[in-house]
Amino acid sequence: MSLAIDVRRLRFRYGNGPWVLDIPEMALERGTRAFLFGPSGSGKTTLLGVLAGVLKPDEGEVNVLGRDLASLSGAQRDAFRAEHIGYVFQMFNLIPYLSVLDNITLPVRMNAKRRARLDGAGVKETAALLADHLQIGDLLKKPVTELSVGQQQRVAACRALMGSPEIIVADEPTSSLDFDRREAFLELLFAECERAGATLVFVSHDRTLEGMFSRTVPLPDINRAAL
Amino acid sequence: MLVLDLALKSLRNRAFSTSLTVGSIALSVALLIGVENVRVGMRDSFSNTISQTDLIVGAKGGTIQLLLYSVFGMGSPTNNLSWDTYREWAEHPAIEWTIPYGLGDSHRGFRVIGTNEDFYRRYRYRGGQAIALAEGRAGSEVFDVTLGADVAAELGYGLGDEVGVTHGIGAVGFLNHDHLPFEVAGILAKTFTPVDRAVYVTLEGIEAIHFGWEDGAPPMAGEEHTHEDVLAMEEIEITQVTSFFVGTTSRRDVLRLQREINDYEGEPMMAVIPGLALNEMWQGIGYAETGLRLVTIFVVLVGLLGMLVSLYTSLNERRREMAILRAVGAGPKSIVALLVLESVCLAAAGAICGLALVYVLLSAGQPIVEAQVGLFIPIRPPGSVEWLFLGAVVTAGFLMGFVPALKAYRTALHDGLAVRV
Repeated sequence: MSLAIDVRRLRFRYGNGPWVLDIPEMALERGTRAFLFGPSGSGKTTLLGVLAGVLKPDEGEVNVLGRDLASLSGAQRDAFRAEHIGYVFQMFNLIPYLSVLDNITLPVRMNAKRRARLDGAGVKETAALLADHLQIGDLLKKPVTELSVGQQQRVAACRALMGSPEIIVADEPTSSLDFDRREAFLELLFAECERAGATLVFVSHDRTLEGMFSRTVPLPDINRAAL
Repeated sequence: MLVLDLALKSLRNRAFSTSLTVGSIALSVALLIGVENVRVGMRDSFSNTISQTDLIVGAKGGTIQLLLYSVFGMGSPTNNLSWDTYREWAEHPAIEWTIPYGLGDSHRGFRVIGTNEDFYRRYRYRGGQAIALAEGRAGSEVFDVTLGADVAAELGYGLGDEVGVTHGIGAVGFLNHDHLPFEVAGILAKTFTPVDRAVYVTLEGIEAIHFGWEDGAPPMAGEEHTHEDVLAMEEIEITQVTSFFVGTTSRRDVLRLQREINDYEGEPMMAVIPGLALNEMWQGIGYAETGLRLVTIFVVLVGLLGMLVSLYTSLNERRREMAILRAVGAGPKSIVALLVLESVCLAAAGAICGLALVYVLLSAGQPIVEAQVGLFIPIRPPGSVEWLFLGAVVTAGFLMGFVPALKAYRTALHDGLAVRV
């Protein structure tokens, strides 16, 4: 089983609304750096919600690391996400009342299995190492409200990478950064994903970044429900 | 305990609204417990108005009426008992001591009580405290008068002042005994009981001012008696008492003695056990307590509702936070737990601060309250009632926490990881 993500006949809608996702097939191999491209309203964030197990598909299979999320209960999907997935939001990634360090260590404190993935390394040490790699090592003690947007996104990347999950999901994490910073951020993110052997699912509406990825998935082409 | 850690840090982050909420809960809890303390203090001081007296004996009538006129100086006695009957009972082997009371006169609204030295020797209040003299001596001559502390203070009397007695009870009497004034021999120390508001004379004094009043009306003009006409102490014949307090030789005899007195055939009379009668009276006014308690419970509910409002309105600005927690693997149940915990922490902090506030206020206010209104509020460690209240407040906080929590639960399920604002 070398597929990280294998979606078949997926259909999803909010309540009784119109179909938002209708994807006959989408597969990503492990270790891929996938660029999921699509304009606003093409169901990007919804798809990420389904892949992360927050939203339950109405029809079809969503195999992530060989597990069909559609067949799991809500609590099982939460546990699966906690153990195997790191998530980076577009912006406002951090919990304002926690320090930088506490934000980074949140996933391993939330889930014991994710913590076990540290392989005996200390939580703080691992967080500090990741922070060094993403060049924010000197910010660990700061309140998150004092960070710039770029710094916040790096903290969020550290959090997603904490405990080396197999899949990193990033929802337009660079859209609030200027171009130079985007590339720098992506290079750091790629390096860490490679180090951990993680599959990266990166969503954006901005095609200028496309060249840096190993694979491009145009969402409007595969999602028949897209507007 | 990640969720607890999050709850506490989140509350600390919203320090201003947190302290306002805790403050309002603390005030309401302090009110609840404070009222409870005052209530207990009132009940204690009420049932301690008189102590160590086993029976109060008077003419047949209402139990509470007898208690009211003998102990509290309220209402009027119906009938008197003859001196002979009183003496007969005072000699009873089961009776160790008695305090005779002769009532019916007043001085500027304060009751005049005829009694004898047994009053100063035997009367006990609040846990066995004896009557003490602040000034002078206990009146023992025919025209001696001993004033309760409030009487002396309010009327500005000192030792040696002359006091006229009015026939009947009331601030302004028409029939005065002014021709036979009394002289202040002593002033009692403050007791915070009805003793402070009474004027004590000898039973002989009561007889003396009523010479010539045998038909219930004053003597005709010109026939009034003066001090010179009055016989010496030992020559005055006491004819009646209104009631008397009884101390038994053995408390086991109280019920038997009470029955014996009630069945006495020489004269219609009755005996009441003050403890029981006081309880009966307190129960009569107990509904006011219940009302007061209800009001304070509603005040606490209002305090908790304030917390509910503050948590609920904070939810909208916390949707992002909920989405982040969901993203790192928190289930909707953890979101519920977080908000319920915040609510419980607020209620518990409010309850503890409220309890502390009560003790601070009590220790600061106790002497003032005692001096001003004569209410002694004991400072004691929190009892079962206080713990029950605190437990109820925390439980209410726990239950109320589910209101914002369930709202957040639905939002978390619906929003997923996208925050639609």
